[in-house]
Amino acid sequence: MATVTAAAPRGVLPGLLRNRAARKIVLVVIAAAVLVPLAEARWAGGSWPGALTVDVSKPLAGVGDWVIDNRDSHPLFLYFFGHISNAVVLSVRAVYLTLLAGGWAGVTALGALVAWRVAGVRLALGTAAAFLVCGVLGMWVPTMQTLALMVVAVLASVVVGVLLGLAAGLSDRLDRALRPVLDTMQVLPAFAYLLPVVLVFGIGVPAAVLATVVYAAPPMARLTALGLRGADPEVLEAVESLGATGRQRLLTARIPLARKELLLGLNQTIMMALSMAVIASVIGAGGLGDRVYQALASVDVGAALAAGIPIVLLAVVLDRVTAAAGAGEQHGGAVRWAYAGAAGVAVALAARLLGRPDWPASWTLDMAGPVDRAVDWMTAHLYSGVPYLGGTADWAGRFTTWVLDPLRDGLQWLPWWSVLLIVATLAWLIGTWRTALTAVLAMAATGVLGVWKPSLDTLSQVLAAVAVTLVLGFAAGVAAARSDRFARALRPVLDVFQTLPQFVYLIPVVALFGVGRAPAVAAAVVYALPAVVRITAQGLRQVDPAALESARSLGATGRQQLWQVQLPLARRSLLLAVNQGVVLVLAVVIIGGLVGGGALGYDVVFGLAQGDLATGLVAGAAIVCLGLVLDRVTQPTERRATKGA
Amino acid sequence: MRTPNLGRRTALTVSWAAALSLLTGCGAADMTRQASPFANARGTRTVTLSVQSWVGAQSNVAVARYLLEHRLGYRVDTVQVDEVPAWDALSQGRVDAILEDWGHPDQEKRYVDDKRTIVRGGGLGVTGHIGWYVPAYLAEQHPDITDWRNLDRYASLFRTPESGGKGQLMDGSPSYVTNDKALVANLKLNYQVVFAGSEAAQITQMKQFAKERKPFLTYWYTPQWLSGEVPMTEVKLPPYREGCDADAAKVACAYPHTPLQKYLNAGFAENGGEAAAFLKRFRWTTEDQNEVSLMIADQKLTPAEAAEKWVAGHESTWKAWLS
Repeated sequence: MATVTAAAPRGVLPGLLRNRAARKIVLVVIAAAVLVPLAEARWAGGSWPGALTVDVSKPLAGVGDWVIDNRDSHPLFLYFFGHISNAVVLSVRAVYLTLLAGGWAGVTALGALVAWRVAGVRLALGTAAAFLVCGVLGMWVPTMQTLALMVVAVLASVVVGVLLGLAAGLSDRLDRALRPVLDTMQVLPAFAYLLPVVLVFGIGVPAAVLATVVYAAPPMARLTALGLRGADPEVLEAVESLGATGRQRLLTARIPLARKELLLGLNQTIMMALSMAVIASVIGAGGLGDRVYQALASVDVGAALAAGIPIVLLAVVLDRVTAAAGAGEQHGGAVRWAYAGAAGVAVALAARLLGRPDWPASWTLDMAGPVDRAVDWMTAHLYSGVPYLGGTADWAGRFTTWVLDPLRDGLQWLPWWSVLLIVATLAWLIGTWRTALTAVLAMAATGVLGVWKPSLDTLSQVLAAVAVTLVLGFAAGVAAARSDRFARALRPVLDVFQTLPQFVYLIPVVALFGVGRAPAVAAAVVYALPAVVRITAQGLRQVDPAALESARSLGATGRQQLWQVQLPLARRSLLLAVNQGVVLVLAVVIIGGLVGGGALGYDVVFGLAQGDLATGLVAGAAIVCLGLVLDRVTQPTERRATKGA
Repeated sequence: MRTPNLGRRTALTVSWAAALSLLTGCGAADMTRQASPFANARGTRTVTLSVQSWVGAQSNVAVARYLLEHRLGYRVDTVQVDEVPAWDALSQGRVDAILEDWGHPDQEKRYVDDKRTIVRGGGLGVTGHIGWYVPAYLAEQHPDITDWRNLDRYASLFRTPESGGKGQLMDGSPSYVTNDKALVANLKLNYQVVFAGSEAAQITQMKQFAKERKPFLTYWYTPQWLSGEVPMTEVKLPPYREGCDADAAKVACAYPHTPLQKYLNAGFAENGGEAAAFLKRFRWTTEDQNEVSLMIADQKLTPAEAAEKWVAGHESTWKAWLS
């Protein structure tokens, strides 16, 4: 899903790196020797100095009140936001009504036919089956609502993304200006910026669509730019020599050449938008996400799963179909497409004439009961009293006392300037002085906003979760890279974990680990694991076969090959896995506010629930800052270099 | 190679804006009327109800929905929203009614008295009460635990990894009305408020504790279906007097008993026809609500099935709402 797919060039000499690293450390130490005594003299004490905080709660509350009081009368809302909101409502409604008019048979047939033209018979059957399962689970109407929302959100994301991507792909200056913007948009945990969108647009579909666009547009923009810049120069030269104008070059050569990247961008955008569909249910998006969220209110994991499965199926189908389109296996002629379209319409009409547009209520299957019984059994037997091992509750307790508590207390005990120094050193060692500066400023911003302590609390949870994720993820990734059979067996499991809405497993983790920070960490690990496993496995498999071959011919054992050849050569992929793991973990640790994770996540939930802009926005901003810190600290320089290249 | 083409992008922006206004009709857009795109599909009459996260609120909506759909021929959409945002949504017309409000004086003043976008819909007939509760099995073992003055002696019983050496007082969703932090501070109790973050998490934890008959102290409220499954005893706090909770930071008294209220969107109340009239008359008892809630949350019936069952057995109650 949220994997970054830019391939990185190789070839940094380790010796040079070591020298550079040493130089950087020396410089940081010198800077610290000068700055720390100054800081300590002025603002003594461990925690962030009160003199350096800015209280923004009053002005923020004022902004909130102003928006609510002027929403019905101010021109900004009447002539701008109001129109956007109406346009979103109208378009979603139009798609929704079309889907309903198609009926279940028509939508299923059309979906299958499109999949057939794009990706072949197997995926067509899979698509049809997926739609039918949505109906059987009694989720037809919510599925159509989600689909309508997705269509509009994805279209809007693609338009925004392509425009931004064109700008960045054609102009170096705009590219430099846009890069930090896109970076930030991608690092933002979606949960953090729901509140301002809600404040302006109110609860409901427009807010949900706009929040989704913010989240889903960056990959499209990034890959569009990448595709435009990566176009084969020889082809471009040939086109130019034929005397094509700039516009013709763009339309006839550069965009067609970037087709692969564009379709990959579409694929990523769809995946991001789907994962947002559930989070947006917190602000009243309706559809499947809302069903998941409502099922949680009555602590009904089975019902939540019944609404979560259609999301997983939609994600898998859309992922495979758009991926196949990107690979360009089948190029259907216009005539065949017309046949397929006509066949879809015919099925829809036939179903309509037979009087069966809605999914028949008697064709549904109730899976909530069995699932709930399974979850009950699991939690009843694992929660406590497992012989020798203790129960999951005991593990969670120990994890909290032995890992989370020391980590949090340690971070909060550290003098504030030392935290900044650590961040600076790490970010600089792995990146450039620019990334280091961003990281330090972002870290300092959490202090300035007055949420230093809760930020470090959240940070401690993220660090613990990342550590667990990396241990498990690297192990599984190595195994998947070495055994094809294991990789095949793992793939559907990863698909499910990656696309299953996080809300579905929040209740089981509480049932297993109790209320607190431990279940938040557990949920984060489950969510971030697939990306880490995938990137690790892919990186290891891409290691130059010649290098492996020569190692083998020198008589290296399997273990030696892994440690001395594969892992060092896949270093960049591993770093990317760390980076993605960190960003994904942060997103879920925040949602952990819903299960007792506390800290910034709780503040965001509180702000959303109480409409308290001051608390919610400050916490949201702090999360964004933490995201930037974590991203920059784990971001290899090489990745930055390739982004626009 | 560089083609900034600013002109074209401006043109794009302009045409985009033009398309927007074409789509939506020129002139001002009314942010106070923003129906859901899923409402009134295919010409059916639709009512949109807001559901809050606790099951009692689901029961109200389930029964209202069942009667609206099967007796009055409406299609009912539901939106799950937290309490305060629900007021905002109600004011904008995204939802038509809130059936169970636990008292939000600020919101009432803003929307009902000043802006007049929301009107009162009368009482629900159910009285709500918030308090601190311990499970009944614990109250039997230690009868004196049900007085706040004795709580400190039992603090060690309630310790958890999250409570930092103190006793744990578990609070639920951040959207609920709570003075617990102030209460713990002002009553000088050796307790730490731990927020479960959602009612779902809180209930799951309480069930796990109850299964093992472990002691716990929690923020809880009645009417609540879980009380049928895990019997609980309220801990006495200093008695409630009118106005003793006026200053949120200085609260040192129990929570009041609140007759729960309904609120309707002003436009819907006026033009909502049968549906609005029905929702205004909707009024039942705590026992009725608990009956439905238990069916939903404990027997795992879907809200629709639970409502159907209740409606079958209480004709005299709901007949009065329809006439």
